[in-house]
Amino acid sequence: MTATATFDKDGPDRGGPTRPVRQGSMSRDRRRALYWSYFFLILFVIFFLTPPVYMFITSLKSSSEIAGATNPWWVFDPTLKNYEALLTSTEFLTFILNSAMVSVIVVSVTMVVSVLAAFALSRMRFWGSATLATGIFLCYLIPETLLFIPLFKMFAVVNEFTGIQLLNKWYVLLLVYPTLTVPFCTWIMIGYFASIPKELDEAALIDGATYMQTLTKIFIPVALPGIIAATIFAFTVSWAQFLYPLAFTTSSDQLVLPVGIVTSLIKGDVYNWGQIMTGALIAAAPPLVIYAFLMDYYIAGLTAGATKG
Amino acid sequence: MAQVTLHNIVKNYDETPAVRGIDLDIADKEFVVLVGPSGCGKSTTLRMIAGLEDITGGEIAIGGHVVNDVPPKDRDIAMVFQNYALYPHMTVFENMSFGLRLKRVPRDEIRQRVENAARILDITELLDRKPKQLSGGQRQRVAMGRAIVRDPKVFLFDEPLSNLDAKLRVQMRTEIKKVHQKVRTTTVYVTHDQVEAMTLADRVVVMNAGLIEQVGTPNELYHHPRTKFVAGFIGSPAMNFVPCRLEEASGALRIVLPGGHVFPVPADRTQRYRSHAGGSDLQFGLRPEHITETHRNVEPGQETFDVTLEVTEPMGMETLIYFQVEGVEVCGRVNPAAGAQDGQPMRLLADLNHMHLVDGKSGLVL
Repeated sequence: MTATATFDKDGPDRGGPTRPVRQGSMSRDRRRALYWSYFFLILFVIFFLTPPVYMFITSLKSSSEIAGATNPWWVFDPTLKNYEALLTSTEFLTFILNSAMVSVIVVSVTMVVSVLAAFALSRMRFWGSATLATGIFLCYLIPETLLFIPLFKMFAVVNEFTGIQLLNKWYVLLLVYPTLTVPFCTWIMIGYFASIPKELDEAALIDGATYMQTLTKIFIPVALPGIIAATIFAFTVSWAQFLYPLAFTTSSDQLVLPVGIVTSLIKGDVYNWGQIMTGALIAAAPPLVIYAFLMDYYIAGLTAGATKG
Repeated sequence: MAQVTLHNIVKNYDETPAVRGIDLDIADKEFVVLVGPSGCGKSTTLRMIAGLEDITGGEIAIGGHVVNDVPPKDRDIAMVFQNYALYPHMTVFENMSFGLRLKRVPRDEIRQRVENAARILDITELLDRKPKQLSGGQRQRVAMGRAIVRDPKVFLFDEPLSNLDAKLRVQMRTEIKKVHQKVRTTTVYVTHDQVEAMTLADRVVVMNAGLIEQVGTPNELYHHPRTKFVAGFIGSPAMNFVPCRLEEASGALRIVLPGGHVFPVPADRTQRYRSHAGGSDLQFGLRPEHITETHRNVEPGQETFDVTLEVTEPMGMETLIYFQVEGVEVCGRVNPAAGAQDGQPMRLLADLNHMHLVDGKSGLVL
């Protein structure tokens, strides 16, 4: 019972200095719960951090060291060659540029559409708004694996009739990504807007605000945590999307990062592991940085509504 | 001039009627309180005046103009909500000036008007704070400030004190009354608290089940309720009602209560009640303050009777006593020095000069 003794010393001494400290059964329960939570937390940390650590280690190795029969968890001869090779290759820089353009445009479009849609659906009370809101969420439930073949066919038909070339162009992704991001972001924003008391827009209405002014001057500032959460989600989805760009783009100057890394660094059965790991690590950096800075907002955004009083 | 006129106002939510045809004239500068139990339609009525609810039928006029189809922002009204509805991301100054900024009022004038309102409400030093840094009472003041700044034709208050603790509520009640005395704007105030209604109102509108039961000054409602509902709703503790018979014997009327108490009806009421003698389903109503301990100078119309007390509640300045009259609980108010004790017999005095007789079928006070 050494652990108990340690906790006794640290625990609050409610009885005052003259009375012996008494540990109730509640605190023993709590202590056990804490032990288990830490146990599982550590387990998850190991489980989820191992791949990136392995990626990082491998990215610092030369091809010969990777192929050699040395300890895979240690770098004996660190080198930045992989980074150098990737960051000087125009192909890789094109992937980054394509990814950035697609993500920024998709996120912007998504946020404008979903904030407007969520405001209308949650506040403007029109016929069928509830059904429409549910319908939007149902859209999100359809997996992209089910959609990419019909979409491919659609783009081909569009090309046939209008001559507009969509397939194998990076901007085709601007059309398909919002089908993934808009429904979910709209849903998040509906939930967030629902947690804003109705009296707030009524007060604005009486103060003389139009719907648009209510949205821009009241709702958007108040719902900023939710908007940031939705933005992060939209960014993550469009940055990491793999299937659609794999299906719709093929020329190396049209590829985005996730597909580009795989197609350009795996030649037949030759895997350039060092550069693959380096590329993946560089590709993972932007979401990581964004998460790190906006984590608090992200959590506040996702839990809003759950704790609505 | 900002009278508010409601003419045969009806509101249905789908098929459920919330307000079932009410008429009300509110004079310029008047303070009118709508009071009633939850679900009586008082808030709905207020929201219809504000323009936040569509009107199913009837006509609302503000300052002589019918506003049925006028949006809230063009009705020249200001509203104070139960949960204050302050914009959380704006400072107090920004909250109070929001309406004026939307109207593009010159900056100097905005500052002057906000500072003026802040002075009236004593919140000048709070102007730079955000709502979450304020206490409940301060938030309430800011919400009122936001209304005052706009200098509207009509103030609408929707249960503004319900979220405050008891002590603050009393304080803010006085505050609201003072503000009204200063700015003299026509005010419609909704509450479920009859004490608030009585203390604030020039006239009280008692509502029940979507209809107006009675409109009158606080004193009228208290002394001359028109229906059993009003008699029971106004006053705390509520008026006692006991089923009774009205008998005529040799020209005089007497009230016979279950359990054998017999009280003669005071002479000045005999004329009014005579036609109901022998009628069925009558109820005898008497406020707790008219059931007291006995004293030496018993006046005409006051009758003594004996009961066994069940429960006593010392309140300090008075003691509330409860006893049974054949299964009906009755409350009285006695002097703390009268020696009222739980479970003990006591001789009490009923002041029949303040009695009411209710027709149980129609619910009307006779």
